Amino acid sequence: MIINSQNTRNRIAYAVFLLVIVVSGYFLENLYYLQLLTFIGINTLLALALNMLMGYAGQISLGHAAFYGIGAYGTAILTVHCHFSPWLALPAAIAVAMAVAYIVGIPTLKLSGYYLGMGTLGFGMIIHILFREWSSITGGASGFIGIPPLELGPVSFASGRNYFFLVWGCVLISFIACQRIIDSRIGRALRAIHDGENAAAAVGVNTRALKLQVFVLSAAISALAGFLYAHLVFFISPGTFSFIASIRMVTMVVIGGMASVWGALLGASLLTLLPEWLHAFSEFEMVVYGLILMLVMIFLPRGLFRGLLDIYERTLKKNTH
Amino acid sequence: MQEILQYLFSGITNGAIYAVIAIGFSMLYNSTELINFAHGEFVMLGALCMVTFFGALHLPLVVALVASIVCIAATGLVFERLAIRPVRHPEPIVLIIITVGASIFLRGIGMIIWGKDAHTIPSFSAHPPLDIAGAKLLSQSIWIIIILLATIIGLQLFYKKTLTGKAMEANAISKRAAWIVGIPSKMMIMLAFGLSTAIGGLAGVIIAPVTMSSYDMGTMLGLKGFCAAMLGGLGSLWGALLGGFLLGILEALGVGFVSSGLKDATAFLLLLFILYVKPGGIISAASAKRF
Repeated sequence: MIINSQNTRNRIAYAVFLLVIVVSGYFLENLYYLQLLTFIGINTLLALALNMLMGYAGQISLGHAAFYGIGAYGTAILTVHCHFSPWLALPAAIAVAMAVAYIVGIPTLKLSGYYLGMGTLGFGMIIHILFREWSSITGGASGFIGIPPLELGPVSFASGRNYFFLVWGCVLISFIACQRIIDSRIGRALRAIHDGENAAAAVGVNTRALKLQVFVLSAAISALAGFLYAHLVFFISPGTFSFIASIRMVTMVVIGGMASVWGALLGASLLTLLPEWLHAFSEFEMVVYGLILMLVMIFLPRGLFRGLLDIYERTLKKNTH
Repeated sequence: MQEILQYLFSGITNGAIYAVIAIGFSMLYNSTELINFAHGEFVMLGALCMVTFFGALHLPLVVALVASIVCIAATGLVFERLAIRPVRHPEPIVLIIITVGASIFLRGIGMIIWGKDAHTIPSFSAHPPLDIAGAKLLSQSIWIIIILLATIIGLQLFYKKTLTGKAMEANAISKRAAWIVGIPSKMMIMLAFGLSTAIGGLAGVIIAPVTMSSYDMGTMLGLKGFCAAMLGGLGSLWGALLGGFLLGILEALGVGFVSSGLKDATAFLLLLFILYVKPGGIISAASAKRF
């Protein structure tokens, strides 16, 4: 009965989410806001990807921008240099990201805590340096230009509105897919790894295989986000996939709230909008940004989504007493 | 031969700098089991303070050096008191985000105070470069190595000979046991922060004459110092020293004989290699001597 009500609640949440996407997509006229919302969608995919790994399985990654970059550079290289159709480049880029994640994951995921953070950081830096230095293929530090817009038969995704629907459609599908995984046996096993890896192994969870699988899944979603980013802006440069980008992804997950798909949405929205709002501070932008990060982590270490929920529940309890 | 010697000299100079940064990382980790992602930013602040005190105000070398380090140590103490101590659940991920937030904050402060331009200052002494078998050794390189050695000797004396140092070491070994015998653990952690950031600032002070100092120089230096600390063995003084020199020399040889694009990759390739092969570092934790 409890499971049923949880399921219904989830369904209602997704129905509302779909409604909000459709309504805002049709009625928003301002192209700037549509573009901003599209960026939020792409960042939400990234936050969701990392949240599966960090929030549920408890494995930190400080190099996830590498997979984002592999998705973006993968489709750029395949469509421009090899004249692939973008729709063929998409599965290819995702497959490359998954293969890299698999190979790198085997030795890296043996580590834990700070050491895992450092291992993934090193991997991310190496991929970033590769994007920057392999200039005959990636365009080097000056970036990669001329990525074609997406088209599907008569529908062109060059316009802001269609791209908005494409990105948020991907977000919705990924949300539902991840929610299904989380609610399944695998999801419970992942949370068991988060709470105690040895204990999980003792009750029969194949922790090594499962950690690797969720790492590969996370890489695939990040690569999808990279693909969507590349065909949105037509120009990519290594700076977008640097160490700072990886840190920004982690921040989205942590600020929004770990182990919650809606936390990923909240964190991605806030961290995409924050720089826009902070433009008003001009040269104090970085100072304010850093300050906000520290304050949220000191006072709401479980993230805004959980933190605000806790405060709400506490006041509710106080009032009933 | 002459070329190899030249690369070796630049490798040793850079290695000494990485070693100083790694020592700061390592000693903080030893005392608090915390990795300070803002450490590179303290190096940046040290270099920029030196730009002001030595370059712009023309204070005597020793005065400028001490003033810079005092400023950085004070910043470190304030950082610990305001941002680290109030944390109620000190899990690694929370501390990582806080120190990353601090690094962005400090970078912003650096930009506001010193602007976006890069600054240079003259070398500590005006001696011409030494000529050794055709290769040139800058006088600043000698300064850097002397200061590295002085730091190590100073730290050793502090930990072995002074009561405060011994108390800090006891606190690092077991907070609880140290607390029982009356060592104020919070004070020790704060002291460790001050000392670690002061060493970070010192690293900045000594490289200011050999590099372009700007508000965004800290991140890469911090990460490389971190790689050096991991390479040698996190938490070990000799490991930091070994890791720093190994990284500096391999990086210089990589630039010289393979490609200059490889420079930044060397540190991270070495990091991955050591993590996969011997995660504890070359001087691994079991056999590592504490400070």
